[in-house]
Amino acid sequence: MATQQTLDALQQAFPGAAVSEFRGQTRVVVPRQSIFQALQFLRHEQGYDLLVDITCVDYLNYRDATDRFGLVYLLTAIDANERITLRTFLNEPDLTVPSAVPLWSGADWMEREVYDMFGIRFEGHPDLRRILLPEEFTAHPLRKDYPLQGRGERHNFPVLTRAEA
Amino acid sequence: MPLTPAAAETNDRFVGDLAHDEQQDYLWTLNFGPQHPATHTTLRIVLKLEGERVVAAMPDIGYLHSGFEKIGEHLDYNQYVTVTDRMNYMSPMANNVAWHCAVEKLLGIELTPRGKYIRTIIAELARISDHFLCNGAIGLDTGAFTFFLYAFYQREVIYDIFETMCGARFTNSYTRVGGVMHDISPVAIEKIRGLLRSAPRALDDMERLVNRNRIFIDRTKGVGVLSKEDAISYSATGPIARASGVTRDLRKDEPYLAYGDFEFDVPCMTSGDVFARYLVRMAEARESLKIVEKALENLPAGPVNVGIDERVIFPSKDQVYNSIEGTISHFELTMSNRGFDVPHEEVYAAIEAPNGELGFYLAGDGSDVAYRARCRPPSYIHFALFPHLIKGHTLSDVVAVLGSLNVIAAELDR
Repeated sequence: MATQQTLDALQQAFPGAAVSEFRGQTRVVVPRQSIFQALQFLRHEQGYDLLVDITCVDYLNYRDATDRFGLVYLLTAIDANERITLRTFLNEPDLTVPSAVPLWSGADWMEREVYDMFGIRFEGHPDLRRILLPEEFTAHPLRKDYPLQGRGERHNFPVLTRAEA
Repeated sequence: MPLTPAAAETNDRFVGDLAHDEQQDYLWTLNFGPQHPATHTTLRIVLKLEGERVVAAMPDIGYLHSGFEKIGEHLDYNQYVTVTDRMNYMSPMANNVAWHCAVEKLLGIELTPRGKYIRTIIAELARISDHFLCNGAIGLDTGAFTFFLYAFYQREVIYDIFETMCGARFTNSYTRVGGVMHDISPVAIEKIRGLLRSAPRALDDMERLVNRNRIFIDRTKGVGVLSKEDAISYSATGPIARASGVTRDLRKDEPYLAYGDFEFDVPCMTSGDVFARYLVRMAEARESLKIVEKALENLPAGPVNVGIDERVIFPSKDQVYNSIEGTISHFELTMSNRGFDVPHEEVYAAIEAPNGELGFYLAGDGSDVAYRARCRPPSYIHFALFPHLIKGHTLSDVVAVLGSLNVIAAELDR
């Protein structure tokens, strides 16, 4: 849980930030335009030096949801032993956010996974390719409009015979 | 060699630095894996070599991707525990505990003291078992086969304990929302006491075999060095970060379950090489034995699962037939349109798994099934370190560094 000082400083620097709390966890929602500045502020000025995870939630059929995608940054301050969750919302067709790789090297693969699974583009990422799925894959399977069962993507892939292989 | 033609066009770093650079046309490419005995699981690394020296390593993962997070959006909170078994299958109990810690945080359930102690014991047994395998595999990859067998024998003892507890050796699925599958039996307690006697002797034997062994030290000391700054920047956690001087351990920093009740040390080192990671894991296994012993001797009496008022655990037959609360609770849990009372909220909960911080980010939508079940896999985050660690080392160091990161491909790809 983040201290009140951090939250006050964050709200002063980013007037649009909305703070909420659930089960002792502090979540801050910032507008998409200022997500990189907010991350930079927490990283360099508030001591949140460990990026725990970057993930995404698709709110397609979620109750009372107004935005399609919610991007989640989980941060930890190692010395102060505090956690904060930073969130921002994205809508189609403009699914781009600035990459966090300049701040944390570890953001590289996390952002590649979010791109792979949700199709969110991270501007400034050094190597934004699919990571878990094959490069020929066309869909983003953790989106809610991608079914659990079906024919899959087999028809998109070339069939190699034993003679060709 | 680029992975596919498409990759060659998009990946400027790889192509620009190496393949098209005329001065480096003497480099050659080695494809390591996906099926190779030293990767232990299915992962592929494309290595650029100058003689025996690794100039660049390019991991290519996804061979075991099976959509666990997508399945998590379709299985309910109790069913999904079977899938968590298959993530890091070297310590499935720790995954079970991590998953249900997150679910209980979302539901706002507080475990009974006995439930907490039992979960602490199984999580620590999983840690001992994982460290035995990881360190044994480092020995195996650097040529110490006997060392590996000493470690693996103790894993058999731990498998026996798990079998006595829940009937399964490998895919345990032992925890449930609000408790565990069965209470721990006196036979299992006796077997854990047996492990507490035999494991320290095995650790002594292992340390005597390799700690001062010239070959092992030459193969591991100064290899794959990770500085403290890089460990934090690359989001490393667990024994890998602690071997580099990051003193973070969720058991101490955010005491969950019963860890606040025990005295134990968090072993740390500063050199950050493969040897340091090995030593940290050995010391951690000993600390875990201490925790298991204390938890076992102070195991509280009382119920192992939460009461029927919480409406997450099925009541016993006696309660169902002889009390109205039991009947209602059973009905509520059985009917498909009833079930758990899940808030429309999102939580993240993490535990200190053997490999590092294993967390789940859960979004609840009122139903028994998670709307989003994100796993924060330590293997995935640590494998991103690999190209950084191996640069400049020799080909034979690849297996040592890979072993010390303890990458489990099933958790890597999920």
